[in-house]
Order: sequence, then C-alpha cells, then structure tokens
Amino acid sequence: MDIEYESVIGLEVHVQLKTKSKIFSQASTNFGANPNTQACAVDLGLPGVLPVLNKEAVRMAITFGLAVGARIENNSIFARKNYFYPDLPKGYQISQYEIPIVSGGSLDINANGELKKIRITRAHLEEDAGKSIHDLYENESAIDLNRAGTPLIEIVSEPDMRSSKEAVEYLKKIHNLVRYLDICDGNMQEGSFRCDANVSLRAKGSNELGIRTEIKNLNSFKFVEQAINFEISRQTQVLSKGNNVVQETRLYDPNKNQTRSMRSKEEANDYRYFPDPDLLPVEITKETITKIMENMPELPDKRKTRFMDEYGLEEYDVDILISEKSLSNYFEKVVKKVTCDVKFVANWMITELLALSNKHSILPANIPVSPSDFSCLINAISDKRISSKQAKTILEKMWKSGKSPDEIIDEEGFSQISDEGQINKLVDNVLKNHYKSVEEYKNGKDKLFGFFVGEIIKESKGKANPQIVTQILKEKLKDDN
Amino acid sequence: MDKETVSKIANLANIELDDSKVNEVVNNLEKILKLVDEMNSVDTSNLNPMSHPLNLKQELRDDIVLEPNQRELFQENSPNSHDGYYIVPKIID
Amino acid sequence: MENKTLTELTVELKSKKISSSELTKYYLEKIKKYDPRLNSFITLTEEFALKKASQIDTEISKGNFKPLSGIPIAQKDIFCTKGVRTTCGSKMLSNFISPYDATVIRKLNEAGTVMIGKTNMDEFAMGSSNETSYFGTVKNPWDLERVPGGSSGGSAACVSAGLAPCATGTDTGGSIRQPASLTGICGLKPTYGRVSRYGMIAFASSLDQAGVFAKTAEDCALLLTHMSGYDEQDSTSSRESVPNYLQECKAEFKGMKIGIPKEFLEGLDHDVHLIFDEAVKQLEKVNCKIVEISLKSSKLGVSAYQVVAPAECSSNLSRYDGVRFGHRTKDAENIIELYKKSRSEGFGDEVKRRILVGTYALSAGYYDAYYIKAQKIRSLISREFKEAFDKVDLIIGPTTPDVAFKLGEKLNDPIAMYLSDIFTVSTNLAGLPAISIPMGMKKNLPTGLQIIGGHFQESKLLSLAHEFQKMTDWHLQKPDNQKWI
Repeated sequence: MDIEYESVIGLEVHVQLKTKSKIFSQASTNFGANPNTQACAVDLGLPGVLPVLNKEAVRMAITFGLAVGARIENNSIFARKNYFYPDLPKGYQISQYEIPIVSGGSLDINANGELKKIRITRAHLEEDAGKSIHDLYENESAIDLNRAGTPLIEIVSEPDMRSSKEAVEYLKKIHNLVRYLDICDGNMQEGSFRCDANVSLRAKGSNELGIRTEIKNLNSFKFVEQAINFEISRQTQVLSKGNNVVQETRLYDPNKNQTRSMRSKEEANDYRYFPDPDLLPVEITKETITKIMENMPELPDKRKTRFMDEYGLEEYDVDILISEKSLSNYFEKVVKKVTCDVKFVANWMITELLALSNKHSILPANIPVSPSDFSCLINAISDKRISSKQAKTILEKMWKSGKSPDEIIDEEGFSQISDEGQINKLVDNVLKNHYKSVEEYKNGKDKLFGFFVGEIIKESKGKANPQIVTQILKEKLKDDN
Repeated sequence: MDKETVSKIANLANIELDDSKVNEVVNNLEKILKLVDEMNSVDTSNLNPMSHPLNLKQELRDDIVLEPNQRELFQENSPNSHDGYYIVPKIID
Repeated sequence: MENKTLTELTVELKSKKISSSELTKYYLEKIKKYDPRLNSFITLTEEFALKKASQIDTEISKGNFKPLSGIPIAQKDIFCTKGVRTTCGSKMLSNFISPYDATVIRKLNEAGTVMIGKTNMDEFAMGSSNETSYFGTVKNPWDLERVPGGSSGGSAACVSAGLAPCATGTDTGGSIRQPASLTGICGLKPTYGRVSRYGMIAFASSLDQAGVFAKTAEDCALLLTHMSGYDEQDSTSSRESVPNYLQECKAEFKGMKIGIPKEFLEGLDHDVHLIFDEAVKQLEKVNCKIVEISLKSSKLGVSAYQVVAPAECSSNLSRYDGVRFGHRTKDAENIIELYKKSRSEGFGDEVKRRILVGTYALSAGYYDAYYIKAQKIRSLISREFKEAFDKVDLIIGPTTPDVAFKLGEKLNDPIAMYLSDIFTVSTNLAGLPAISIPMGMKKNLPTGLQIIGGHFQESKLLSLAHEFQKMTDWHLQKPDNQKWI
C-alpha cells in the first residue's frame, strides 16, 4: 500500500547586514577586495584581541524584528559556537544561542492564491566565516578571511512550509523585505543572502515531524526549489522502501541537480555553546525601539495595499512593481511628474522598461534611465508629441546613451506632426498621387483606407500623428463625396 | 570518565593523546572532576548563573571603518601563506 | 639603587640626578649577571630599552616629564608587544612577533616606562609554580630549590631579586598574589574591568585581570594609576573613573573595620598562622577593628574555578590551530591532522589537561551539571562577599596556606597544585581587587598578607597596605643574590 507523504520544510536564512564595518571589528565589509586585505587583527583572531559590537548591526537586527512583528529581547546574549574550520579563525563563531535578539514574528506568503502565515522562530546576530577556496591550488586549500566577521542575521522559520514553491515564496518575501528595510543588498551571487533548508517527510495527516536533513548554503531561488524537490523525492524513495532517513547535513550540486551527504560535517557536532565572556548583555531600551519604529520605512505589504488603493492599479501589476523596492520607488517618482493616467505609467514600466532590463540583464536598481527622463518620455507620448512606436525606439536610445528624451527627439527629428494644416497638405498630396485608388475606395473598396493612412505616415517620415491623420482623411474622403 | 570519553573530548578539542598517556589523563581528569563535584554540596536552585563579575551592559561602537590593510605584517607570523592567502592542506567536504 | 621606590626614582630622574639610560643599563647588567640562575626572563629587549631610555632622557632634558618617565619595567610575556616576540610561555607562540601593542603596554609606554624584557610565566598562565613554561622553570630568589609561584613567576622573581624595579602580571586565580607572596614582594590584582584586557593573551576571559608587582604598596598605586581606565577595545572594561591611587593610598589613615574569614585560616600552616597573627596585631595598633567573618562558600571556589577557567580556556585556545600564526606541525596530510599535531606539539601537558576538562564541562549533557553549576556557585560566592562588605571595609587573610614549595613537589599532582590557590581564587570569581604584601618570614622564606576589597576599592586596600608597610620592614627584605654565583 502506498502512503501519501507530506513534505515539511523550514528555512534558516542568512542575511548579510549592510554595515560599513564588521560586526566586531572596524575592518571594511566591502565585497571583492584582494584576499585578506580586509581581515584585521580581530578578524584573524590574533592572540589577545577582543570583539566590540557594531551599533548599526544591532539596529538592523531590531529593524528586521520589528518588521516581522517579533519580540525584541531587552537583554540578549552573545554565545560562542565552538568548532574547528580553517575559515573560522578563532575556532568559535560568535553567535547567539539562548537569548537571541529577535524572537517570534511571522510573514504571510501567497500559497496557491491564499495567504499563509509562516512563523519565524527567531533571528539572531552572528559573524560570518571567511572563505575556503578549494580549486585554486592542487593539493591545498586557500583561506581568505575578508568575509570573516561580516555581520549576519540568521532568520530561523518554523517548519511551516509544505512545498518547495512555498519555501521559495517565503524566501522571496524575506529577500524583498530586507531590501525594503535597507539592511541587506540581497546580492545572492555574492553570498549576501543565502539559506539552509530543513526538509522532512511525514505521512499525510500526521502531526509528528519526520527525520530531517539539512541542505546547506543554497544561494539562488532556483537552487532552493530544485534542491528541496530533489530531497523530497529522495526521501520519498527511502521511506517507500521501508528505510529510515538519516539525519545529516547535505550539499546541493546544481550541476548534477542532486544533494549529497557532507561527510566532513557528520562527526558528532557538539558546538559547546556558552555565553561569550568577552561580550556583555546587549541592553535594548524602549526608547531605542521607539526610535527605530519611527524611522521604519514603508514595508512591501503596506506599499502594495497603498498602490492598489491610491492608484487603482490591478494586484497583478502592483505585485510586479513592489517586487523590488527600487522599482516601486522609481514608479512613484515617475508618477509625481506625469500628467497622464497612472495605469499608463504602470503599463509602460512593466511592458517596456522591465523588458529592457530583462533583455540587458540589468537589475531594476541599476536601470540607467532616470525616473525624470522616463517621465518626460511618458509625457511626450501623452501630449502626442511622439507616437508610442517612436517612444519605444527613443527609450532604447535613452537606455544606451543616457541622453534625455528631448535631446533624442531634437537630434533625430522624432517629434510628431500634430499640426492640422501640415497634415491637410500631406493628405491632399497622397490623395492626389493615388487618385485611382481614391476612385476605387469611393466605389466601395473600404480596405484602402488603411493604405492611405500608411502612405500619409510614410510621406511624413513617420512623424504624422496617426489619430489626426485618420480624422482628416475621413473628412476629406467624405467631403469629396 | 573513561578512555572512550577522553578520546571523544580530545577529538572535539583536536588534541592528540598518546596511548601511553591516556590512562594518566583519565586518572587526572577523574581527580579533577571529583574536586569539582564538591560543588554539589550546596543547593543553587534559586541562584542565577553569573557570567560576568560586574553587572555591566554591552557598549556599542559606531559603524566606522578604521582598520588599514596590514596583511603583509600579519602574514609575517603565518606558517604558510602565498598570494595573500593562508594555506592549509586540501579540504574535502 | 634598588632599595629606592618608584616615587623616589622618578624624583631622581626628574632632577637628572640619574638618567634613564643609566638606570636601564644598571638593571640590564644585573639581569645578565643573575638571571641565568633565576630564568625570570624569556626575552630581553636590550636594544629596544636603551633606545627608549635615551629618547626619554632627551625628553627629560627638554623638560618633558611624564608620570613614569624613565622607569624600567619588566612585562609579563602574556602582553602583546609590537615587534617583540610574545610567547605566553608556550612553544605554540615561541616565534610569534606581535603586530600590535596590548593596551596595558601602550598605556605604560605612554606614561614613560622603559620595557627591559618579557618575563617567564606558566604556559598560557596555567600553573601556580612556573613549572609549566616551555622556557624552563623560574627559581625562587629566596631559595633556588623552590618555586617562585605562578603563573606570573618570572615577574615576581625578577622584582624580588632586584632585576627590575617593577613588573606587570596577570591574575586569573591568584597568578599575581600567590607569586608575590612566595617571593616577598607586593602584587596587586585590580578589580575585574579596571585594567583593559585588550592584547593580554586570554586564559579565562571572565577571570583574567592585569596587575602589577613592586616592592611597596605606594609603587603599586603609582603604576595602577597609569594602567587603569576604560578601553573602547575591551567591552568588559569599566568606565569607573580612575583616581590618583598614589595620593589616595598616602592619605591620612583613620582606621578601618577589617574582617578575617575563618575559612581562610583552615588548613593553614602553623608558622604562617603565627606570622599572620602578628600582622593582625600590627593592624590593631593603627586603629583597625578586627572581626571574624564567614565566607562559607569560598571553599567551593577552587571547584568552581576548575570548571569556569578550563571551560573558557578550552574555547579561547581554539584559535591556536597552526593556520594563521603560531606553531604548525611539519607533516600533516589533511586539515584534521594539521590541527591535532600542531596543537599537541605546541601545547604542554597542563594546557592540554585544562582544554580537555573545559571541553568536557561544556559538552552536551554536562553543561548544566558543570558550567552552569559553577557559574551559580560564583553568584553565591559573590553574594557572600557583598554581604561581608556591608559589615567590613576590607577582608584579610594569608595569601597562601604555606611558603614556597620545592620545585617538582606538586608538578605531578594537579589537585595539590590547584589547592595552592585556595585563598586567592574566590576574589577572581567575584571580580574583586586584592593585594598581597609581605607579612613576615618563615625560615628565610617570605609569606604574604592578602587584603581584599569591594569592587573598585583599590584605594582602600592600598591604603591599609601602605599603613602596614609604614610599621614593618618585611617589604624591604631581599634575597641574597650573591649566594648564587
């Protein structure tokens, strides 16, 4: 008899905080520096050094906690997590264990069209490790400690997700949130945002948790989805053969699209957590919390409701616009400067601007066209100075050259002819040159109307406003009746 | 305290113990634990553990970058480094 | 010259009766002559010292005089000294050249002292006899067959033998006071947080505290004034303001109420007991009211200490992995071998023993029974001290149960060794300041009187110590160096 299984998924999301200096030292957190040039005495764990806590890292952790409705601990404790690894200089990671700075809270995700609450267990502050590079030398690994000491919050969810899709939804939600909060750059390729997934199966209807595996270090939404799916089918096979899943840490290999056991991590992990004697309890006063609350930026969910109410936009469009903080900010900047319908702006942003950013693989945050130039373009369309078709060409030129739409319109003579006198002349010319066709039209060949319009536009070198052309043409053909 | 426990904690601490010394270590640790067990003579159930001698709170530092690059100086103490990296035997995950 | 106090020396330096270069050379010569038998220094910084001394002399000639200008000082080799080998008494760091200065070193340098060398110590400050040093045992200047105490044995021995006018030390469970007692000098361990721990190689972070050795309480006060203060690089240092301890300790003495815990007299050597009774009589002469008190839980101090200190040390010493600095094994096939061999070759037996005990005490299933229990005992000990200080100004007792023991006598008996700290560890657990000053001789071997105060009551205990030294001359007695050569 086949048992139907339900997958149970929890995520541990590692979010690198956007501080200038490290969590416990005054070395830079910039990405991409030469190896070990940003690893100071404290980061290297030299004999005698001591950690000093970065205020900004604490503020950012609190900001996150407040954004997910969590409790902020007024006396949180740093603890040492003891294990040996070459990219962990002190032989322990300073983290939080018994009293993390943030506990509780939740996020709503969209699960098959319905809102589903994912509970957050906790979020704690900790230092990142360095990097071990295994493919640089033949028989050796190279250690770069520039990343060591970069502040992280680790956000631990309850096992509330039931599919890889929900897990990705949740992850995207956090990814979006931390960028709205401006506490993380969200760059997954550079490792600023990554996660571990805990996956287990249980018989559908059961309330007990099955034995789980932990898939480490997933750094793209696609990998999270694929790794979880692979793990679900692997565990399903194990269980349906009547075997038990082994509790272990696994690594996802995107090239093979499979997970494998990490033997090095299999030795009994006994992290021997204890309060770090070099750091004191972190007191967070009500005043601090109030101040952070007052400076809290608008969160994505709230912005979504507002965009729908204030601008009357469809949910589908709003979801796209708020999916990136920079995009929704862009949108609002444009909206302030245009005279036309807001929906028209939304359409142009989604169908044209985002299409270009996809085509050029540019993140919305890095769109080279400024909101003010973009709003000029929109205004030129709505004022009928240029046609939509022209606008598309102009936008591409703006994208490449960085020039304003007016500059391009002037330089390349893109402006639209809307002057009725000018158009009258054009229409007269075309009708004169095609008098035979005019005859045919009058004899009932209606299709020729489009031909005339085309010829007139051609005559104007594409500049004549098609609406006015149509209007005048209709009258002329009627007049001659 | 037995040989097995000692070798387990030695593994955790990455300390190598000669077979010839294990018995002596077991013996010493047993004595130490016996001394330590004297703590059980008092009831401490109504006490909080004390991690710090002074009842102070953590001070927070401003987020400023002040550390210059001192890699060459630091790596003078390194037993093996090149191209700016610290070098260890190949790690296989 | 060596009978002069630091205050007297600074007067002579300021008035140019003597130059810092002369003073420095004098001590360097003495070290060269006597230290081969004593082994109190690991590294002599002769070149560095002479250069600094001559700089100071130039400064003095220009009229720039800092509080400790030109005073030679020996630094315990646990303090990181920029450009100078810093070994912590271990093979692990036998080639480590520190790229930075500890805050204590920086402050003392800024106050004008001249470092003449780095003193020998128990490996990573783990020991009470200075026999665990990778650089060999230090001898007690009063009897070369005996230990000087530890872990700051080198600092104590060199000051006792007149090879340096003063020295720094660190005290985790008695590592300043016990050797001061056994070598007949003054050793001050300040309140936890009084002096920055930055750059002081960690043994047990919540217990470690830097302090000083000198011949008199006054000298300790002078040095403490210039070592203390909040350090933004040490989160556990205190913002409590730093008084002029020298002035405060010399202020008019008006008598005090002093408690003697009966537990500090248990298991005490008979002769030491008699010497202590004599000292108490002296104190009564200067209007001190002596009362018997009880610190019931102090007996458990050694037990709690033997959990907390190893636990913290097991974690603190994980950074010595042979990767970025320190000893690295010659042959390692893989990373685990690199760790295991480097650490096993680089650490001595006592250090390994404590790492193992600490690892055990923190491991899953034992954490509550050992670590949490010990931290609760700590609370209890702390509370008892606090209650005692509601009734008395200071607490006194003998620093050690007996005089210096013979070399090798306790080396293979860790428990006996640990118990030699029985009167000193509880003050570390509670973070209290304490001083040991010479209180009398038992068969030509010194004994020490320990004075303990409440948090940041250094002035009070220095004041009592100073008052005692005005009435006695035990602190002026010195070993006969001539006998050694």
